Amino acid sequence: MKLNLKIWRQEDAQDKGGFQKYTVDGIDGDMSFLEMLDVLNNTLVEEGVDPIEFDHDCREGICGSCSLQINGEPHGPDRRVTTCQLHMRKFKDGDDIVIEPFRATAFPVIKDLVIDRSAFDRIQHAGGYISVNTSGNTQDANSIPIEKDNADDSFYAATCIGCGACVAACKNASAMLFTAAKVSQFALLPQGEVEAHERVLSMVDQMDKEGFGNCTNTGACEIECPKGISLENIARMNREYLGASFSG
Amino acid sequence: MTVLDSKVPEGPIEKKWTKHKNEINLVNPANKRNIDIIVVGTGLAGGSSAATLAELGYNVKTFCFQDSPRRAHSIAAQGGINASKNYQGDGDSDYRLFYDTVKGGDYRSREGNVYRLAEVSSNIIDQCVAQGVPFAREYGGLLDNRSFGGVLVSRTFYAKGQTGQQLLLGAYSAMNRQINRGKIQSFNRHEMMDLVLVDGKARGIIARDLVTGEIERHSAHAVVLASGGYGNVFYLSTNAMGSNVMAAWRAHKKGAFFANPCFTQIHPTCIPVSGDLQSKLTLMSESLRNDGRIWVPKHIKDAEAIREGKLKPTELSEEDRDYYLERRYPAFGNLVPRDVASRAAKERCDEGYGVNRTGQAVYLDFKAAIERYGKEKAFTSGHKNPGEEEIIKLGEEVVESKYGNLFEMYEKITDQNPYKTPMMIFPAVHYTMGGLWVDYNLMTTIPGCYATGEANFSDHGANRLGASALMQGLADGYFVLPYTIGDYLADDIRTGRISTDTEEFEKAEKEVKERVQKLFDAKGKNPVDYYHKKLGKIMWDKCGMSRNGKDLKEALEEIKELRDDFWANVRVTGKQGTKNAELEKAGRVADFLELGELFAKDALERNESCGGHFREEYQTEDGEALRDDENYRFVSAWEYVGNPRDAKLHKEELIFENIELKTRSYK
Repeated sequence: MKLNLKIWRQEDAQDKGGFQKYTVDGIDGDMSFLEMLDVLNNTLVEEGVDPIEFDHDCREGICGSCSLQINGEPHGPDRRVTTCQLHMRKFKDGDDIVIEPFRATAFPVIKDLVIDRSAFDRIQHAGGYISVNTSGNTQDANSIPIEKDNADDSFYAATCIGCGACVAACKNASAMLFTAAKVSQFALLPQGEVEAHERVLSMVDQMDKEGFGNCTNTGACEIECPKGISLENIARMNREYLGASFSG
Repeated sequence: MTVLDSKVPEGPIEKKWTKHKNEINLVNPANKRNIDIIVVGTGLAGGSSAATLAELGYNVKTFCFQDSPRRAHSIAAQGGINASKNYQGDGDSDYRLFYDTVKGGDYRSREGNVYRLAEVSSNIIDQCVAQGVPFAREYGGLLDNRSFGGVLVSRTFYAKGQTGQQLLLGAYSAMNRQINRGKIQSFNRHEMMDLVLVDGKARGIIARDLVTGEIERHSAHAVVLASGGYGNVFYLSTNAMGSNVMAAWRAHKKGAFFANPCFTQIHPTCIPVSGDLQSKLTLMSESLRNDGRIWVPKHIKDAEAIREGKLKPTELSEEDRDYYLERRYPAFGNLVPRDVASRAAKERCDEGYGVNRTGQAVYLDFKAAIERYGKEKAFTSGHKNPGEEEIIKLGEEVVESKYGNLFEMYEKITDQNPYKTPMMIFPAVHYTMGGLWVDYNLMTTIPGCYATGEANFSDHGANRLGASALMQGLADGYFVLPYTIGDYLADDIRTGRISTDTEEFEKAEKEVKERVQKLFDAKGKNPVDYYHKKLGKIMWDKCGMSRNGKDLKEALEEIKELRDDFWANVRVTGKQGTKNAELEKAGRVADFLELGELFAKDALERNESCGGHFREEYQTEDGEALRDDENYRFVSAWEYVGNPRDAKLHKEELIFENIELKTRSYK
């Protein structure tokens, strides 16, 4: 199939940036969206034009490197997939596709479609861990049984890939879903309880410092999340935060 | 040729590690504060090393090319991690894990290292649970296990099909804690371009900031390479697009011997290649072989009809199917090791029984498992006489709970529903057992340069068993390297900070800049991918699942020609001083074009078949690998002397005192 692309080009963080039009031909439905961009890029290189920069790595939907706002939606029109797992069979011959970087003040553009998501890392530096040293003398792994439902919910929260789609989907560019997933993973486990109060306060504080917006409960983040991270996590984080604030 | 000293301690195998830990030098906590360590790569091996070294008090700098340490490719590991906990009471022990791993590696790994790996495996699970890694649990609240290939016990811990992700996030959280304390400085979007030696010791690296293009100097008292494997030399593999050999290859060119480069793992269950423009292959976890049955049609005419779309696999009756693994290997069945399963799939497809358009695929079928689980589930919920429909419904739910994300991924990629029709799978390059040669302390042949995880060679011999890569990465990083490195650093407590303002750093930086410029200067017409694809084709066709002397000799020539063409005709667009993905790729492919040649040479010189290295000239009558213990019971460690093909061979003889050398049999 042949496609008409409108792609955001921006030299660096200082550049104003703008859309450029391209067409690609010979695209097969079994190709992934990123392979379609590979085809375009190789044509551009052959023409001596700088190819389009975009983040990607594992190409199996787990590393969270790829992003892209495709026709206004993070990771494109398909549900529960990252851009690398979006396949061209979701498009048809002659389609117009608009491709932009994820937009948020806290995610400045580095070049073209590549953005800086280090704000997410800093939120995790603030408290996204359990303070346990590597010793080889920790308790036996089976010494604390964990209710299966809690272990499963903790796991589901922990499957967040940190791609930033929740922020890009939110009209306030809020990072509540991401932060809540991290807080929940630990809050649901007995190992994480000890530092729970300090953790939620530090991580929320850092989130605010990074310039993410507030949550107004639209639920757009949950819908666009490629891993289906649930809004329940936000409710849990709010409870944790409130509890921690009162207990001081 | 010299004979290499592995420095494995004397004494009974189960005492070696404890004895060694008691005897090596330590650095006192106050002195650790004056010592810097660079860790390149932040996957399981790098992330866990960095966190533990920082906890101990060293000053750590980490480097990764991804935008966050959490994105290293360990994240994509699916199935699980082995540990000899014996929670299932099925007779597991450190010795059994050790034995299975050595046998699985076809007796080409080092006994001392493998035993230590088995010994610390239980600590890994304890450590990860303490960090908050949400492993799968049973209803009683205890940890669940499953089985992987090449073993007869259930020792694999898992978190659905995302075990690597959960373990890496654990290591990353441990790193975060140290970053927050200021003990780790994390340099993301940075690539190691060269290793810097001062007085013969590794004392730093030259790195490129991938955002600004700046070439930077970083010094340290020791450098740890945890930069992963080189499977992308095949272009198409299950590795991430950015996975590369640059760090290890730069170290090799500076004096680190490269061991067993031809030992590559071709994983049997990957989604088959769909088109020429495909960029990567996707694994379907080995855990699926717990429940999936692998088959092809028994009759060629049915295979042809399926390929032409005239027949559906579900229409074929049981007696017309050939469950070839169960037929050839009744004891292990569908859970034979990866090398064996891959070759068996290739054999059937070469004979014309392949089932997709290209004839390069076999079936992985869950129908029997769905029925079995469905019946069990109906029975336990009180339906003693369930109908067919109910069985299928309940069975699909159970399978979904075990492998849901894998089935979903398969459906997204292929547009077929694996609950209703068997999956199509084919072998693909997945892991490299070869890597930098290291001694028992994980030090390479360059003093102060260490290699951990997939980047080293030591634990998996000629074939890695499933769920052992995660185990090794974390064993090296949490429990081995942080202790053994002290033995070396004990001599450095009075050295003081290493200056980057020296002749050695100056020279290394200049060489890196010249090399980058040379890539731009070719100003040819072919994109980098053009060369990478061509190299991949040579590797797959001539150095792939089976190899022979004639093909390997041709590969040596073809790779050299391709490399010459690359440096003359590659086209790298853009500038050095900015984010430039084409330039990043060009540097990596340039190194693959050298490594590929050494790979072919290594395969050519190893005149035996073992594990993943299958030389067509050396096989038994029924097509199994024919090892030659008399002449090849050694590690090939190659020293760089100019051209990759001129590399000088050094041998480390492998000594088996605790396991009897036998023909590996899974029948």
